[in-house]
Amino acid sequence: MDDSPILTVTGLEAGVADEDLDILKGVDLAIRPGEIHAIMGPNGSGKSTLAKVIAGHPEYEATDGSAEFNGEDLLEMEPDERAQAGVFMAFQYPVEIPGVSIANFMRTALQSRLEDGEELDLFDFQELLMERMELLDMDVSFAQRPVNDGFSGGEKKRNEILQMAVLKPSLAVMDETDSGLDIDALKIVAHGVNTLRQENPEMSVLLITHYQRILNHIVPDRVHVMMNGKIVESGGPEIALELEAQGYEEYRKAHAA
Amino acid sequence: MPSNEVIQGLGLDDYKFGFVTDSEPVFKTRPGLDEEVVRQISARKDEPEWMLKRRLKALRIYEAKPMPQWGGDLSELEETLSRTYFYAKPQEQMERSWDDVPENIKETFERLGIPEAERKILAGVGAQYDSEMVYHSLKEEWESKGVIFDSIEDGLKNHPELFRKHFGTVIPAADNKFAALNSAVWSGGSFVYIPPGVQLETPLQAYFRVNQERLGQFERTLIIAGEGSRAHYIEGCTAPVYSTDSFHSGVIEIVVNRDAYFRYTTIQNWSNNMYNLVTQRALVQQGAHMEWLDGNLGSKLTMKYPSCYLMGEGAHGEILSIAYAGDGQHQDTGGKVIHVAPRTTSSIVSKSISKGTGRSSYRGLCKVYDGATHARSNVECDALLINETSRTDTFPYIEIDEKSATVGHEATVSKVGDEQLFYLMSRGMDEAEAMALIVRGFIEPIAKELPLEYAVELNRLIELEMEGSVG
Ligand SMILES: Nc1ncnc2c1ncn2[C@@H]1O[C@H](COP(=O)(O)OP(=O)(O)OP(=O)(O)O)[C@@H](O)[C@H]1O
Ligand SMILES: [Mg+2]
Repeated sequence: MDDSPILTVTGLEAGVADEDLDILKGVDLAIRPGEIHAIMGPNGSGKSTLAKVIAGHPEYEATDGSAEFNGEDLLEMEPDERAQAGVFMAFQYPVEIPGVSIANFMRTALQSRLEDGEELDLFDFQELLMERMELLDMDVSFAQRPVNDGFSGGEKKRNEILQMAVLKPSLAVMDETDSGLDIDALKIVAHGVNTLRQENPEMSVLLITHYQRILNHIVPDRVHVMMNGKIVESGGPEIALELEAQGYEEYRKAHAA
Repeated sequence: MPSNEVIQGLGLDDYKFGFVTDSEPVFKTRPGLDEEVVRQISARKDEPEWMLKRRLKALRIYEAKPMPQWGGDLSELEETLSRTYFYAKPQEQMERSWDDVPENIKETFERLGIPEAERKILAGVGAQYDSEMVYHSLKEEWESKGVIFDSIEDGLKNHPELFRKHFGTVIPAADNKFAALNSAVWSGGSFVYIPPGVQLETPLQAYFRVNQERLGQFERTLIIAGEGSRAHYIEGCTAPVYSTDSFHSGVIEIVVNRDAYFRYTTIQNWSNNMYNLVTQRALVQQGAHMEWLDGNLGSKLTMKYPSCYLMGEGAHGEILSIAYAGDGQHQDTGGKVIHVAPRTTSSIVSKSISKGTGRSSYRGLCKVYDGATHARSNVECDALLINETSRTDTFPYIEIDEKSATVGHEATVSKVGDEQLFYLMSRGMDEAEAMALIVRGFIEPIAKELPLEYAVELNRLIELEMEGSVG
């Protein structure tokens, strides 16, 4: 396996575009193919901002540092280009798209990845979608429901992972996918992610969470602690256990804003 | 069938139910239209005396009525009308060559994948539509059932009594200025009669009625659906209609007799120099069901409010409309439902999309007469704004004179949100694809009611439009 990182974030500083607000204050992160990294940190520490900057949300602007994806300058790419290159973000707050069914949405997303003039094979698509819905234990009727419209919190999260399973990214950023999932759903979603990793051992995961529990199912190679827009500690899975027991008090003292 | 007096008694003639505000008469005599022109039209069509009289009377009404001061900006219309050639023999109208059609229109046809032959018809260059075969076999089927599907001129010629009994009863010339104008100079359109009890599976498509006059500037359509009959009429197409005329003023009258079901679908996409002012109205009798499915795209200004007059107990009226206002365009559309009889029900669902400097207005009327006990009506209008410069407004008029009536009204305005766009783009769609998907989702509740080929065309059209909406 090639050991050069799929994602390299160096000294990344970012804030809200058009506003004088720094949120990320120098983030360093390197994820190699097949690795699972978890990021934990208190509310408002900048975890979602990091995820959105990686995915290319136009609301945020990188002011310093760099982010490379497979050797390419990620920050120069449009969100759709990043997606097509293999980046996927499972949203903390998935957006409702009224009138657009999940099936139509996924079909359009896959079609957009094809060359001009190339048509998605609808039978293959149907098969893939059904297989993925089964993997995530979703009722087939969901395929016809408008994206996230009227979904429960847990259903929205599961739908994010369904999309991930259909689009098969090489880097999956999961922003608090576990929040809002019931105990069984958490296992199903974790099983889904692990299945994707078996299919593609080079798939990397950046998993943002507040709870240690999901890490029992999706076992991280590295755990990072984010405070105040910076990664202040990195280590093995044991960090998550410590945090679960002790909270962020120690870190707060050491890294007051 | 209510008599003329009943309808006049409802106040259609003084446009009481319209959206009139106090207005100064702004009419001046124009060289384009006078009695002589009207006489010529009638003579060319070899019409009976009564029709000529009707036309002349309508002309006087037209001349007497002031230009409406509500709705869209008609201030330039005056000038347009002074240049308007009120009647051209159809053959002369068709004398335009494909080479004269602007490049951008040709290109759009190309990209929509419209067959060559159809493109020419749509562009008004008058090649014959080559599905005459299809049309003929359908026509045989219709004829065997006693269905009449003719040009309005042939309707008058071949079915004089039926025609005279209904013509102008739903929309009298005095209804509004443009109905009067149409009544004076009408030319082209369809005449449809469905005998009692006849149920048609295949929609009647104006498209099939090979007739150069179908894109007439002053088209007039009269439809009579017999008791217990069932049919669907489709007019128009989502491809842009290119015309050198810049004024279109149609009148569509429909009588839906007891227990009949009738649906009228129009989708029109006018070139953006066009004033499109259309009056369309249905009289819906006891237990009958009328649906207007109305799509308005393009034009400079469209003012169009399909209406249902629910005359008999238990009558049902439905108006579904989609309006798309691009840069510099104003869609002033909506619907009117008039509840005259007990237990009548109605619903209006209106969706508008404004892009660039486009503006769409919802204008609707719900009127419940005293005695229309337990009438129910529901209005839902949703507007979607694509850009910061896009505009929408809502003018719901509600007049209820019956205590037991229930009327609901709901209006929403939404913007294509950055968050939505980002969500779709983060799945790999480019900005235009993402925008088009959001817009398609927005109109989906209405688009799913369209015949498949229309829905597909509408979707493609939206994609084309959205390509131009992003920087
Ligand atoms: N668009 C914005 N405008 C203003 N402030 C913002 C914006 N986006 C983020 N912030 C601020 O930046 C900080 C980091 O937000 P972020 O959403 O990244 O936190 P988080 O670590 O994901 O928190 P949580 O655990 O609650 O999800 C917060 O203080 C937040 O209020
Ligand atoms: Mg967050």
